[in-house]
Amino acid sequence: MSLVFAGACSHAPGITGRAHLAEAGVRDAFHAEFRGMGEALAAAKPDALVVIAAEHFANFFMNNMPAYAMGMADHYEGPIEDPGWLGIARTRVPGNADLSLRLVRGVMQDVDLAYAEEWKFDHGIMVPLHFLTPKFDLPVVPVNINCQGPPLTPLHRAWAFGEALRRACEAVPERIALVSTGGISHWPATPDSGKINEPWDREFLDRWSRQDKAGMLSYSDEATYRDAGQGGFEIRTFIATAAAARGRGEVRFYAPIPIFSVGCTVALMAIE
Amino acid sequence: MSLYAAQKLLYHLNREPAVQASFREAREQVLAGYELSDEEREAFVAGDVGKLYVLGANGQLLMHFAALLGMPWADYIEAMREGVRRHGPVRAGIYAMTTSTDEKVAGV
Repeated sequence: MSLVFAGACSHAPGITGRAHLAEAGVRDAFHAEFRGMGEALAAAKPDALVVIAAEHFANFFMNNMPAYAMGMADHYEGPIEDPGWLGIARTRVPGNADLSLRLVRGVMQDVDLAYAEEWKFDHGIMVPLHFLTPKFDLPVVPVNINCQGPPLTPLHRAWAFGEALRRACEAVPERIALVSTGGISHWPATPDSGKINEPWDREFLDRWSRQDKAGMLSYSDEATYRDAGQGGFEIRTFIATAAAARGRGEVRFYAPIPIFSVGCTVALMAIE
Repeated sequence: MSLYAAQKLLYHLNREPAVQASFREAREQVLAGYELSDEEREAFVAGDVGKLYVLGANGQLLMHFAALLGMPWADYIEAMREGVRRHGPVRAGIYAMTTSTDEKVAGV
């Protein structure tokens, strides 16, 4: 069938875990748009949701760090974090090992990647699911791009991964929704937490929305670290989704919310 | 090399309930299984998040460890600032502090 839905969103743990500390107006507007993205996703009637995430050492470590990995299990569990800290109860999330296997085989035609028959979800996937599929009833195929432990995959490889994922999705009969989660600029898990480079974010989102491939791939890691923090490395997930979806992006919500540590983003992308 | 071991301990602590239980009950015994420097070992014994931050622990690993210790968000952020006040700038990794120790970026 191929893709029936594509989008991108934030995943910072504060979005749920520190919701009570945020200004109510902007928090509620953001959460409403996040839930609205879930409604749009449901309206596309997907059989499965592929989440391209940038996990935070829940499964992968520097002893054997894959640049790209896909989950291949019939169920997953999360969050690994303390549920009270994250504001999301620990739960089992359905997967689809057979679909994963076919997608992995498809992607492997073009991109080398690791697969994992067990996978613990951290906030990078659980926060988006909390809003997008709050009943945790849609099978998920998790994807990870290493954005945490350098050396990191180059941006043009993230683009190639997205293209490979699209080809793999086109080869299966299921209706696939695709959501990438990450960044954009932020300095998480430091005393800088809350620092957000809004102009940088808006420029990146503009490039993303216009399918400006050259613009999206022009960031060096040095410049991203300087201008967008270590959290900015997560633009790889957005780039992969742009390569897979091929259409114009629509930013439904963007606002810096410092107590959430990130410029909170909800965006959809047309599929062409 | 020892920073790698310190981070690996954090990784295991963050995702393995059995390691968490052992750490609560016999912390020194758990630490003996990792090739840590004296500074790292002392920081783990004391639960000194600020020192581990300065030593270069990846922030994503350290954030989950702070949550495991039950540290409220504001206390965790302040612990990292206090670490820099006491021990100087972050020595390794990609989680350096770019703001000042008296700046509360997000109000905490």
